[in-house]
Amino acid sequence: MTSLSPPPTRPAEDLLGRLKSTKVVPLRHPWRWVAGAVALVLLAQAAHALITNDAFQWDAFGYWFFRPVVMDGLLLTLELTGLGAVFGLIGGVALALMRLSRNPVLRAVSWGYVWVFRSIPLIVLLLFLANVTALYSTLSLGIPFGPSFVEFRANDLLSFFVVAVLGLSLHEAAYAAEIVRAGIISVDQGQLEAASALGLPKTRQYRRIILPQATRAIIPNYANQLINLLKGTSVVYITSLLELFGVVQTQASTNSGQIIPLLMVGTVWYVILTSLLSVAQYYLERHFSRGALRTVPATPAQRFRARMRSLGVAR
Amino acid sequence: MTAAVTVRGAVKSYGANRVLDEVDFTAAAGEVTAIIGPSGSGKSTLLRAINHLEPLDSGFVAVHGELIGVRAHRGRLRELSERAILRQRSRIGFVFQNFNLFPHLSVLENVIEAPVVTRGVAKAEAVERARELLAKVGLADKETAYPRQLSGGQQQRVAIARALALRPRLLLFDEPTSALDPELVGDVLAVLRDLAASGTTMIVVTHEIGFARDVADRVVFLDAGRIVEQGPPDQVLLAPREDRTREFLGKLR
Repeated sequence: MTSLSPPPTRPAEDLLGRLKSTKVVPLRHPWRWVAGAVALVLLAQAAHALITNDAFQWDAFGYWFFRPVVMDGLLLTLELTGLGAVFGLIGGVALALMRLSRNPVLRAVSWGYVWVFRSIPLIVLLLFLANVTALYSTLSLGIPFGPSFVEFRANDLLSFFVVAVLGLSLHEAAYAAEIVRAGIISVDQGQLEAASALGLPKTRQYRRIILPQATRAIIPNYANQLINLLKGTSVVYITSLLELFGVVQTQASTNSGQIIPLLMVGTVWYVILTSLLSVAQYYLERHFSRGALRTVPATPAQRFRARMRSLGVAR
Repeated sequence: MTAAVTVRGAVKSYGANRVLDEVDFTAAAGEVTAIIGPSGSGKSTLLRAINHLEPLDSGFVAVHGELIGVRAHRGRLRELSERAILRQRSRIGFVFQNFNLFPHLSVLENVIEAPVVTRGVAKAEAVERARELLAKVGLADKETAYPRQLSGGQQQRVAIARALALRPRLLLFDEPTSALDPELVGDVLAVLRDLAASGTTMIVVTHEIGFARDVADRVVFLDAGRIVEQGPPDQVLLAPREDRTREFLGKLR
């Protein structure tokens, strides 16, 4: 143990007498300014390189951007994403509830599904489905292992569009299942206890108490998954469906020298769609933060208006 | 004196650990029973067994003569369906140590949820009743707040109002003040005192010996899954017969 040295005589009072102001001057950070300036210069260079390089053919980019053929591809991309997201989420919720059930068979089936469909690359799955007629030429509805009532030729039922939606949904469901399950188990066990102590019916416990709280944890992960799905639709071009990337690809092969502007058209559309999803995510997260935060943060629009008001007052 | 709660031969084990070991227990209607004992003695398990949140391995619980969670069939006890158990629970109020309010619902929504859903009470009627109850626990001005905007003591009082909204004939409290800051304990105990004075049958697992002495009609001391001693508070708390009780009470002082 070191003993404390004797305190100097009345140091605080002496100091107070010598100070002009007691306001604390914050530490300056000159290197932050330097790093910021370097980043800005690099960014300006990149923008300059993008705009001034004629090889990007910005006039051709403008020509293609709203072409009907591109619009058709864009629409198909949206349809595939939307259907894949809806069926994937429905399947995911079902699989998650199966996995959390007390029935060991349902748990095992759910686990097995996720294991299989997370293991198969989407592109392989799509090719399998596109060639399913080689495996099963007819599909039938009827009693399992017994007689069938209706028979379909696999070729009639499975158009390329159906194959694509099916493949995306099967793939999506496996990932959604894990995201939904993570959300549900993140809700405090006491919530279910309280709900059952009040005698709320089982479905009500989930619909009213657990899922709304789980959704808060699900949204950021599912938004991520949705963005993956949006871009993942680009692999369905191997089933010769012309979604956004398929259009870009085929147009580039028939219009020589146009590949760069066409790729840029595809890229910019993907960026726009992803941005829209991010905005939707922000507002959904805000909606489901009800009760989780003491005060819900203002939206950008509200912040902007508040800023304008305060400026108006200052003037 | 009619029995509100009867527990006979209650046994519950977690693996090799016997949490309840042949517990026989009776609580009279209109009385307040305090269950005390060291942690791990099985107090909470006994309380949770009363509304079947914790199913027993053997033995049974009856509330006002009705078997809870099981039925007698050809000389055996068979577990009831989930729906039947939920219906029984809606007549027994349960207040948790950690409140377990629904954080995404407002105070008012928390209180009206069960009466509207399980009893089919009209919403307007449920709201009216909820406002009365919130006034009773001193939170009339908080109905639009969300649980996380309230202090622990306020949350616990909302939880009590939520349990009362079902007009239960029996109220179970699992260490209702253990998660609270010392200065907030008094508000919650005051609500419990009011309830006790109004003649509600209550069973309270508690570490508040002062509260047990003032409010309880009977005190039950539980240790290692067995009831060591029970009786009027003056007897159990001030002149315990058993060494184990004396030792436990000595540690609390």
